[in-house]
Amino acid sequence: MTRRHSYPLFNLEKAKVPDDLCPVATEVSPMLPGDWRSVRPVVDRDKCVKCAVCWLYCPVQCVEEHAAWFDFNLKTCKGCGICATECPHGAITMIGEAQ
Amino acid sequence: MSIDTLEKPAGAEARRKPKAILCEGNEAAALAVALARPDMVAVYPITPQSSLVEHVAKLIADGKMDADIVDAEGEHSVLSVLQGGALAGARTYTATCGPGLAFMFEPYFRTSGMRLPIVMSIVTRDGITPQCVWGGHQDAMTVREVGWVQIYCETVQEVLDTTIMAFKIAEHHDVMLPVNICLDGNYLSYGASRVELPDQADVDAFMGPKDVNWHVALDPLRPMAVDPLTGGAGGKGPSTFVRYRKSQCRGMQNALRVVEEIHDEWEQRFGRRFAPLVEEYRMDDADFAIMTLGSMTGAAKDAVDEARDAGKRVGLIKIKTFSPFPIEALQNALGRVRALGVVDRSVGFRWNCGPMYQETLGVLYRLGRHLPSMSFIGGLAGADITTGHFHRVIDETEALLTGPMPSEPVWLNEND
Repeated sequence: MTRRHSYPLFNLEKAKVPDDLCPVATEVSPMLPGDWRSVRPVVDRDKCVKCAVCWLYCPVQCVEEHAAWFDFNLKTCKGCGICATECPHGAITMIGEAQ
Repeated sequence: MSIDTLEKPAGAEARRKPKAILCEGNEAAALAVALARPDMVAVYPITPQSSLVEHVAKLIADGKMDADIVDAEGEHSVLSVLQGGALAGARTYTATCGPGLAFMFEPYFRTSGMRLPIVMSIVTRDGITPQCVWGGHQDAMTVREVGWVQIYCETVQEVLDTTIMAFKIAEHHDVMLPVNICLDGNYLSYGASRVELPDQADVDAFMGPKDVNWHVALDPLRPMAVDPLTGGAGGKGPSTFVRYRKSQCRGMQNALRVVEEIHDEWEQRFGRRFAPLVEEYRMDDADFAIMTLGSMTGAAKDAVDEARDAGKRVGLIKIKTFSPFPIEALQNALGRVRALGVVDRSVGFRWNCGPMYQETLGVLYRLGRHLPSMSFIGGLAGADITTGHFHRVIDETEALLTGPMPSEPVWLNEND
């Protein structure tokens, strides 16, 4: 049996997408999790041994590797604090953004 | 390309004659779906809907229906899959009921907000618990405030015809909303009766060119985020959200007109007339009226006929389109009646009455006059509402003409 398709296919030129039917966005939102973070992680470089537990646990993968320690990309870090809870060396402290 | 849905009688002259068959409501719905030519269906079986999707699967397996079928792992996936299909421009269909509808609720809410014209039969089933697998309107009534158009059928023929019409209603550019065709579990799903099958060529002409792929589409050349975060307390968020919601409400109100237009068109083309919003039966000189929904209406009409023979001036109002609620049509139907009894096949827990009665109370307020009314609840969990029950409905509604309004609903099957 020949496959039948729904015609006409979506026509890019003729398409008039109403702005009040299906909600769509055609522009990329510049907003990142860091824009609404309330607390942020701070690393004590003396305590960090690069065990990478924070790297494993971070839900947004914002952990960045440096020569002798791990740090965080604060544009994408949402401040959840999982890294501070899981760090076996107590090297991460969450501090308020207002501080 | 062979997409003949059904065997046709030989000979050019006989070709356009409708074919009469005997079938149950679930099969009628499946045949209607085939005639409407969806591109994609997704299914998960659940009593009393199972034989409907089995018929759909068989039509596809037998090559009588040219659609992709997705055997999903549950109802949540069923509707989510169809959302993707609809966004890519497909005409889509599914069916469910009861606990399946409950499991589907998250994408169910989203479908109306995304304005996807998906058609879904609800083979209505009572709410669990107590555990039951039998008919009742509780499932469809529970989701009446989620923005789907909901249309209830009275007969197997009405199921077949309305299921085809549903696609046209949903896809109408002034509506663009998902549609539920509600058929009573047990009484319509398994009730066999004679139905006339329209010819495929006539249905094709009725449906017109397929045009479901105009307002949004998954298109790599035109990247867009569908359903992005909208709302919040700042910037354009609140007004953007209001714009979408108002448009949804407008689509629902437009549906009242479109449902009527499409029923008129159906009558012109196929010669069968169904009251699109509200049916008035023997209402012309009625002193009082009873109100029904779905398959119970047959027995109710018989009881009204018998009561008329006995000299009672009773009429019947049947609601076909329940969502959007046909306020104006009901207001007109109530005309000069002086008492009203509303029979529900489900329960409104908050008001201690039937949900249709509760909706009707708002219309009664708009009448601008006091109209005594009462609520009857019957047919729960597959129970039969017989002509005997309807005689009780008629008698107790008649008593409202001279007596007080009861504050409690009457439970019709309480002493069966």
